[in-house]
Amino acid sequence: MSNVPQELRYTKSHEWISLNDDGSVTVGITDHAQHLLGDLVFVELPEIGDTYTEGDDCAVVESVKAASDTYCPLDGEIIAHNEALSDKPELINQDPYGEGWIFKLKPDDSGAYDALMDADAYNELIAEED
Amino acid sequence: MMQILMQRLIQTEFQQYNDDSEYMNKRTPLYDMHVAAGAQMVDFGGWDMPLNYGSQIEEHHQVRRDAGMFDVSHMTVVDLHGDKVRPFLQKLLANDVARLKSAGKALYSCMLNEEGYVLDDLIVYYMNDSWFRLVVNSATREKDLAWIAIQSSAFDLEIKERNDLTMIAVQGPNARSKTHQALGEQGEGLDDLGVFYMREVDTDLAVARTGYTGEEGYEIMLPVGQASTLWAALLEAGVKPCGLGARDTLRLEAGMNLYGSDMDESVTPLESGLDWTVAWEPQERNFIGRQALEKQRDAGVVHKLVGLVLQARGVLRNHQKLIMDGLQVGEITSGSFSPTLGKSIAFARIKAGMNDKCKVEIRGRLLAAEIVKPPFVRNGKARI
Repeated sequence: MSNVPQELRYTKSHEWISLNDDGSVTVGITDHAQHLLGDLVFVELPEIGDTYTEGDDCAVVESVKAASDTYCPLDGEIIAHNEALSDKPELINQDPYGEGWIFKLKPDDSGAYDALMDADAYNELIAEED
Repeated sequence: MMQILMQRLIQTEFQQYNDDSEYMNKRTPLYDMHVAAGAQMVDFGGWDMPLNYGSQIEEHHQVRRDAGMFDVSHMTVVDLHGDKVRPFLQKLLANDVARLKSAGKALYSCMLNEEGYVLDDLIVYYMNDSWFRLVVNSATREKDLAWIAIQSSAFDLEIKERNDLTMIAVQGPNARSKTHQALGEQGEGLDDLGVFYMREVDTDLAVARTGYTGEEGYEIMLPVGQASTLWAALLEAGVKPCGLGARDTLRLEAGMNLYGSDMDESVTPLESGLDWTVAWEPQERNFIGRQALEKQRDAGVVHKLVGLVLQARGVLRNHQKLIMDGLQVGEITSGSFSPTLGKSIAFARIKAGMNDKCKVEIRGRLLAAEIVKPPFVRNGKARI
């Protein structure tokens, strides 16, 4: 059974989003996603300062078997990326909601986070997929 | 993200297992043991097979460093019986079974069509003068059986597909000793079994010193009803189960071709790094595809299969393009990540004459790759 923390928000494309005190959000891929992908061996991070609209592909995570795009969950600007993933992409397998975070985004609309899917809805989504 | 992931998985032959599917996949005698061990099961050419049991990288290292086992029951075992079986195989195969002089000896060969293109690659075992055994790929089973039946019509052979047998591969530096332990009395005397030899140690229980990983080990053919008992005994002896994911990275590191990816009916062995498997001598042996191959050889082979090592971070994948001076000069046939080297490696078909370096196009960017001669890894050691 996949771990789906209650306090996070989610996308249909299996990213998780957490709201930081300064209004920025942190983004990664869910436990369910990392399990399906298997051992991760490469992550292509978005550049700091780049801006994206919701649904843009902005990062790539690659496991031994497959490459997969990661989509930007909200309109905004990249303000940080997780440099540690360059040497240790397996952090996403080991700790998808912690050390395996991928990037931080400053949303254009400070209220957009609240409209994202909550944990209950995401649990339903992955139950349907299984 | 997942839609794209699914597409890629399907493209790379692994289709996600789906309980709602209307068709029923074939299951090996070890299916229940895989599920109980927590395997992620995938559809592999109509078979439900384990992709991994957790981490395919750990399974890869297990084989390089100790001993791992693979359920390869999907492979097709075919026995050929008859007085003219040897001359038949000398016609059927590009390699020459005349090289098989003592009982149990095995040979790797391509089976070609008249145009010299590769119908399949296989291992042939010489059991005795009126009995040879072939192990062919599962995806090509029907095509192979039909081809063999047609080609053998003048040789009066009995062709017997051995559905009653199953196959387990045990590979790694400790694979042989652990297999001997698991086999108990049946394993006695296997210490002196030579490389690329098979021995029947009991009725329908054959142990072959062959494999698809670049490590020591065995491929064991045995009656379906005995499979789970041997699997359990191997577990008991400390051999860990490994899935198709690790099998693929191991064979790629070992420089071994995969039929359907690295060669198929659109290329010849000479374009597939398999020149060494074509027995040109004696010249009077007129194997199927010989004329076409000689013609290609004499005209000069335009493409060759090489190894690639990506110099930058990233992962080489099947069908990525090789670029030189703005022009496409080749394509990756098998690309993945090498757990042993910690880099991405691949096989690629490239214009003859290209050496040293090339660029690979990955998501619109050109990354440098070194052209090397496989294998990348043998017996646990890097070779490049």
